[in-house]
Amino acid sequence: MTVLPMNTAVTARAARPWHLSDHARLLIVWFALLVIPFLAPNAYVVSLANMMFINIILIASLNLLMGYGGQISLGHAGFYGLGAYVSGVLGVKFGLSAWVGLPAAALITGLAALLIGIPVLRLRGLYLSMATLGWNAILVVLFNRLVDITGGPNGLLGVRPFSFGDFALDNDFRQFPLVWLVALLVMLAILNFLRSRIGRAVRAVATNELGADAVGIDSFRTKLLVFVLTAGMAGIAGSLYVHVNQFASPETFSVSSSILLVVMVAIGGSGSFWGPILGAAIYTAVPQVLLDYEDAELMLFGLAMLIVLIVSPTGLAGIPAALRRRFARRPA
Amino acid sequence: MSDSLLRVESLNCYFAGLRAVAELSFDVQPGEIKAVIGPNGAGKSTLFNMIAGVTRPTSGEIWFDGSRIDNLPTFRRARLGIARTFQNLQIFREMTVLENVMVGRHMQGQSSVMGALLYTPAMRAENRAMTETALDLLARFELDTKAQVLAGDLSFGQMKVLELARALASKPRLLLLDEPAAGLPQAEAEHIGQIITTLNRDGMTVLLVEHNMRMVMSLSHDILVLNNGLRIAEGDADHVRRHPDVLAAYLGDAEYA
Repeated sequence: MTVLPMNTAVTARAARPWHLSDHARLLIVWFALLVIPFLAPNAYVVSLANMMFINIILIASLNLLMGYGGQISLGHAGFYGLGAYVSGVLGVKFGLSAWVGLPAAALITGLAALLIGIPVLRLRGLYLSMATLGWNAILVVLFNRLVDITGGPNGLLGVRPFSFGDFALDNDFRQFPLVWLVALLVMLAILNFLRSRIGRAVRAVATNELGADAVGIDSFRTKLLVFVLTAGMAGIAGSLYVHVNQFASPETFSVSSSILLVVMVAIGGSGSFWGPILGAAIYTAVPQVLLDYEDAELMLFGLAMLIVLIVSPTGLAGIPAALRRRFARRPA
Repeated sequence: MSDSLLRVESLNCYFAGLRAVAELSFDVQPGEIKAVIGPNGAGKSTLFNMIAGVTRPTSGEIWFDGSRIDNLPTFRRARLGIARTFQNLQIFREMTVLENVMVGRHMQGQSSVMGALLYTPAMRAENRAMTETALDLLARFELDTKAQVLAGDLSFGQMKVLELARALASKPRLLLLDEPAAGLPQAEAEHIGQIITTLNRDGMTVLLVEHNMRMVMSLSHDILVLNNGLRIAEGDADHVRRHPDVLAAYLGDAEYA
């Protein structure tokens, strides 16, 4: 048999049937992460792992919107906050269980995204970013000013944890399996979505709107759909956050958090499925390392973004592929 | 008359008072290849864009298979069965060749958002069917070996063929081709010409705008010649070739032989 000389990228792609393998890889990564509570039997480390899973949902959903959908939103932390407050307030003020709060948070953030998306998504590029930034700012004002509902600047107190009857998920070890599972389900949903007809349409609209129009794709509806979907995911992250920490305060969901989330998508690798996991790990770990130097944290994130974007514009997740290409070009 | 696939009725288009297309009426019959030609600035592109839905006519009507389409957005026209290619290529460069053609079949899909998120058996079956159809189409155009290559890495000629394959993936009833041979060397232009002839033989109706005279003359059943936004001649290649107004409009154009 003759072996045809082929472009390495092609062989690599052809050699791995991507349907099965990415799902399998995701499961492998997730089951590997399952050992964290056993290897580090220390509440602090497990609490960080819990935050990392929540941040994965947040950054992966923003990556779906930004990296695949081509819409740079500076309001993602706002949707995260809306989810947290919806779920938290339903519990604190209306006595509803966190299990009701979670889907309600997803639904109401999605609905808010639909209402805000209809006017805002007619804008493009910078204008879209500015409009979503404005939306985030409005939400923060509401979180601060609706003191009777949200607790205002002092934060929302008395949020109850997720619980199964009397068994409350009120410590880091008990919360771990829940956030682990929900993050896995969201990652699976994103992977599935990207492999679907509608997921391809989302990427097509982001890549070339004229081309997408020409094959009968309603660009506006497609953009709205991915905006609503990713806002709903941020709402899920918010609900997990509020019931895991049993507290929420407005500054967590500020415009600067939204900006940092965009930075994390870029550092991990915008438009890379695996990038957000790296982004979330950095986003969770770095502030802990630099606990005493709050300004240094921002500086470091800024610097990290510059370095990553200059050295590897495809982010951290793009480095292996770039290396592979470099080595493959060398004549054997 | 009434059984024409596309009907254009007293179409006008003005840009800031400048006439681009004036009082133009014509029909495209099912199964024919019709070409629109004319010197630069004749109004060909404006006409094409009005039919495709990119430019709004100032007045006049466009009918496709019994429905009026001049007020519909592009994607709605596509859903009625009008597919197009672009003079300057609008492919999805960051997606694979296979994915480009699969996106072309978007309209034929039924899968829902929920189905997509949950990766339901119905969604997977749809994906498999779309992959198969797309690969068949790529094989027809000898692009199947490039299926997993990023579309942006293809040669210009291959991109032109890919865009044609993407347009055909939706099984359109009318194919609008905006300068299908532009920028191609003669051999590749002839390849595209052969593809168009074969498609037409299988029943496809084609309306094309083209500069390449050799291609237009050999392919088209009917040729519409525009100059300054006005129709100056219409008919088969022989008729158009001898028409005095056409000769006058093209006088000095070396391409016209």
